[in-house]
Amino acid sequence: MSPKRIVLRFGTDSSVKPIVYRLVKDYDLVVNIVKADVNPQKEGTMVLEVSGERNEEGLNYLRSLGISVQDLNQGIVRNEEKCVMCGACTGICPTGALYMERPSMEVHFDGDQCIVCLLCTKVCPMRAMEVRL
Amino acid sequence: MSVQKTYAEINAKIKAGKAVVMTAEELIALVEEKGLSKAAQEVDVVTTGTFAPMCSSGAFLSFGHTKPRMKMQKVWLNGVAAYTGIAAVDAFIGAAELQEDDPLNSNYPGEFRYGGGHVIQDLVARKPVKLKALGYGTDCYPRRNLETTITLDEINEAILYNPRNAYQNYNCAVNLTDRVIYTYMGMIKPHLGNANYSTSGQLSPLLKDPHFKTIGVGTKIFLGGGIGYVAWNGTQHFPSMMNIEGQELSGAGGTLAVTGDLKQMSPRWLVGTSFLGYGATLSVGIGVPIPILNEEIARYAALKDEELFAPVVDYGEAYPSFTPGNLGYVSYADLKSGKIKVNGKEVLTAPLSSMPRAREIASTLKEWIQKGEFELTEPVKTLPSPADGVIAHSLKED
Repeated sequence: MSPKRIVLRFGTDSSVKPIVYRLVKDYDLVVNIVKADVNPQKEGTMVLEVSGERNEEGLNYLRSLGISVQDLNQGIVRNEEKCVMCGACTGICPTGALYMERPSMEVHFDGDQCIVCLLCTKVCPMRAMEVRL
Repeated sequence: MSVQKTYAEINAKIKAGKAVVMTAEELIALVEEKGLSKAAQEVDVVTTGTFAPMCSSGAFLSFGHTKPRMKMQKVWLNGVAAYTGIAAVDAFIGAAELQEDDPLNSNYPGEFRYGGGHVIQDLVARKPVKLKALGYGTDCYPRRNLETTITLDEINEAILYNPRNAYQNYNCAVNLTDRVIYTYMGMIKPHLGNANYSTSGQLSPLLKDPHFKTIGVGTKIFLGGGIGYVAWNGTQHFPSMMNIEGQELSGAGGTLAVTGDLKQMSPRWLVGTSFLGYGATLSVGIGVPIPILNEEIARYAALKDEELFAPVVDYGEAYPSFTPGNLGYVSYADLKSGKIKVNGKEVLTAPLSSMPRAREIASTLKEWIQKGEFELTEPVKTLPSPADGVIAHSLKED
């Protein structure tokens, strides 16, 4: 079974709990932290790859703590009306999720490759990359 | 004998619906297939296109008078100041102006989310825009303040006037320092982490007429989705920076000042733009038709990405300190391939200029001409060319 890539969003209270430990110990999941921005008493985000038979149970446990759980490829979306396909984002996207098709030079976005680093949301000159909450 | 055509002959063919019109990229393919002489005979007009951030842009707006009358001394549109040192209810909104309360780079890098370029896009999109004005009161213009909402259709005139657009060529920006930099060429990562460039190469208007043989004052163009005209050469027009072969390109070359009625333009082709850590601006769509009057003009119009070069410049140290020189030249073919070599290192490239949009402009202009809706204008005055040896000056301190 291929790992599920998810984005977690914490409130200020849930970021102190050892959730990764619980996912591994209680639900027997294989967890790979792709990216984490977690600070005590602050809102945070974490991008995880999780696999295991009790995947859904583990995610339900996270939800029960008030943590928002989203599929990774739903975190960042491209506003097709705003995007002019210049390509400025393709130079800074760390995973190649934003890339150019050649020779058409059209810009494509592969949500599966996105690790929600949010760089594109600031670097896009048209601000066409948006966070979907 | 080599081919010679006149504007009148080409326009007669356009009117009759018989003109052969091609985009610059299509011409390149035709020259490769049939040779230059044959292509120059067959083709009447070549269309070009570019869509990219062009900071020296703006619009003259004439709002109409209030009752009682007012001499507007300060004007803000959606919080962005417009220049009012002209007649009573006239103002110029510049693309790079920012909102009064923008935090700028105080929280570095600043986001610059809304500026004059965004005001222009909102106006063209027919969105209501807040107008705030202050006056000092005169006998003929007693009113002192005004707050109202305007739309593009309600104000008397809106004239796009861009003092410097359509740069012939531009630097490819890299960063040799050990910190990230935020520039008008985008975010550039340290130690040659990436390279940004900004022209459409083989579709770029002034790269296809490097000696200004056909593009001059009065040339009718595609501007912002509507019709515009070349008003003059642009500011910082230094075509002498290109050698006579049209190959060794240093710096940016020639530029155009362009103008047109904003009311017939479109928000698809005038787009408010923000550069992290740098500022706000306007992305402008421009397409220029080039009449193939003779073989020489065809040869330049058929220059391809492999024959057009951009200088690689360090924006970490050399550019801000105004140190001359560069890190070598790269072809637009290499830039568009996605990687170039700089100082022996492979560097990934990204454009700021949209090729899909540039192609759309060249095709749209081609369609207009084919349908007989768009005739060519012969320049009433030519622009300085490389042969004129225009030299750039820099400011000296007292």
